[in-house]
Amino acid sequence: MSAGGPPILDPALAPPFPVAALPLLRNSQLRDNVAHATDVIQAKRARVVAEKPDWQALRAAASSMKDEALEHLAAYLEQFEDRCKAAGGHVHWAADAAEARRIILGILRQEKADEVIKIKTMTSAEIQLNPFLEAAGIRPYETDLAEIILQLGNGEPSHIVAPALHVNRGQVREIFSRTMGLPGLSDQPEALTAAARQYLRKKFLTVPTAISGANFLIAETGAVVIVESEGNGRMCLTLPRTLITLAGIEKVLPRFQDLEVMLQVLARSATGERMSPYTSLWTGVTPGDGPQNFHVVLLDNQRSPILARSTDRQTLRCIRCGACMNTCPVYRQTGGHAYGSVYPGPIGAILTPQLERLRHAQSLPYASSLCGACYDVCPVKINIPEILIDLRARVTDQERKTFAKFFDPMYLGLRIANLIFSRACLFHLAQWKARIILQFFTRKDGWIHSLPGMGAKWTETRDLRGLPRQTFHQWWNDREQTTREPGAR
Amino acid sequence: MRASLFITCYNDTLFPETGRAVVRLLERLGVELEFHPQQTCCGQMHANTGFRPEAFSQARRFVQMYKDAETVVIPSSSCVAMIRDQYPGLFEELGDEKLRRQFAALLPRVYEFSEFLIDKLGVDDVGAYFPHRVTYHASCHGLRALELGDRPFRLLARVRGLQLSALQNLDRCCGFGGTFSVKNGDVSSAMLTVKLEDVLATGAEYCTALDNSCLMHLGGAMHRQYAPMKTIHMAQILAATHEEPAG
Repeated sequence: MSAGGPPILDPALAPPFPVAALPLLRNSQLRDNVAHATDVIQAKRARVVAEKPDWQALRAAASSMKDEALEHLAAYLEQFEDRCKAAGGHVHWAADAAEARRIILGILRQEKADEVIKIKTMTSAEIQLNPFLEAAGIRPYETDLAEIILQLGNGEPSHIVAPALHVNRGQVREIFSRTMGLPGLSDQPEALTAAARQYLRKKFLTVPTAISGANFLIAETGAVVIVESEGNGRMCLTLPRTLITLAGIEKVLPRFQDLEVMLQVLARSATGERMSPYTSLWTGVTPGDGPQNFHVVLLDNQRSPILARSTDRQTLRCIRCGACMNTCPVYRQTGGHAYGSVYPGPIGAILTPQLERLRHAQSLPYASSLCGACYDVCPVKINIPEILIDLRARVTDQERKTFAKFFDPMYLGLRIANLIFSRACLFHLAQWKARIILQFFTRKDGWIHSLPGMGAKWTETRDLRGLPRQTFHQWWNDREQTTREPGAR
Repeated sequence: MRASLFITCYNDTLFPETGRAVVRLLERLGVELEFHPQQTCCGQMHANTGFRPEAFSQARRFVQMYKDAETVVIPSSSCVAMIRDQYPGLFEELGDEKLRRQFAALLPRVYEFSEFLIDKLGVDDVGAYFPHRVTYHASCHGLRALELGDRPFRLLARVRGLQLSALQNLDRCCGFGGTFSVKNGDVSSAMLTVKLEDVLATGAEYCTALDNSCLMHLGGAMHRQYAPMKTIHMAQILAATHEEPAG
């Protein structure tokens, strides 16, 4: 990818995070859009969280519900399958993205579909469903407003809840007026949504097949739950003849009752609302009402290995609320495209490398200052900094086995530092040497303005105070000597 | 009261004035200080960059060095967070049972500097005099990992002459993040720019914190930009008096 080219959200092809971040950091319009949008959502979230005195208890409950589901995941999934089938649904198991795509294409071919309407689903983006369907001659139509903006504007999602968060309304106006042939379109939200509604209505009424994701699957009843803001989901779930729901295996909840907690923490964390405007639940097929042909595709796609590792497992608690990215100071600067995956932000920085089994996306665990803001807001208490550090350890262990480590100044520096820290005398020798070397770089004002090598990345934007003449321990030793010899000074 | 001072590697090397201030203040408050001559580093840099076995060897050194100390005081919130949040995992994975027991016994006696003053000594008025406008930067580790809460504000409120200017977006990271500032230097600098805007908007003469690493980051940018503000560790403010102003 050339710097500034279109974003690549395939972890196998995306450039490392610091490289992908550069053109985005230079795009002041994008940074302004992202900062504004995340500020707005954060403020809304803070307001509705503050009005819940039991917020911490809700988080703890949500976290333990997900843990229970994950602890007995196989059993709950089978229970879901039984109940869903008993209610007239079809359940398919997909080990990986390719199998999920094949299953979905098979169903669409059976239905002789050449068009399909879609509710926003990041899981379908994860398995790169849209380009696959297009290549197979089936046109997918996104119906979520943000997804329409991206689909018509040839954009890529940068946020899991608000995929077009990096686009402002002036840019939306431009995309809509160009692609919908509306030259006089204004950039007022009412005008833009009216244009989208016009465009969508035809699709809702004519396309008989829909694809959705799922926010939750209920093992106890076989129900599927979708939470959304615009009502496009409700249309896709009720009007078509055939509905295909693609869901990661971690979406299952044991009991219907669990929704009491889950819907509260999800709405408040994701959009800063007490309840999402549309919460749709359906169980299998109801004769004469809604889709008569209902399929669920349960996707593993490397979730099982995550489940198997105890430190990683909490990653699968994620309910995709996006609160971590809204609060993340790194995401705030770059937006989502720098993460090279449909899952950006802090959750993406831990999820993507795990889904890739660390064959790709090794730079993502380092795309964090470990400030901990994500852990603070996470409604299911995923300790993201802990997993970031754990993933870094695994990346380093990969590097230890390679020859390239001998050319990595960071690796060599830290190995040498380890030796230095193992003995005080070596540490003190290193301090002395560092002072002598840094003296060459220290200006008369006592500050270092420019350093070579790795240090250049520091001095590009900040100065560094030169090393003081006396370390603390030297001062302490001098003082001890003076006090021990009475009469001296 | 006896306390052992763990100064931390970067304070020892880069900010000896902070260590001197800690000594001056704590001795003024009647604490008998010790300094273990073999101390080096807590292992945070290694742990956070993914060098677990290396971090473990620093962690083990720390525990063996301080296992008999009455209390340990550390003027760096991120190093204390390392000890509290990461040592247990390291010892779980790599340590032996004896080391784990020694650590469990030591941990309640390890204090961050402001915790030591408020929780252990029970003072918030340390008799300081610092006639300047100051803003307080709550470092991420102090705020979220240690949950220092109002401790720093209680200490600053009792400093004579000090005018506190509130910092907007107090919970936002300055972008330092240890090796992050180099590995992701451009993103780090962008975060720093945003943070510095808030810090400078306070119009304070000094920006203080309980972590010199954030202050090194902010101070480095202030110096580069000829900003009319300086950084100072809170220990230096609290040690300052009429007779002996901050050095």
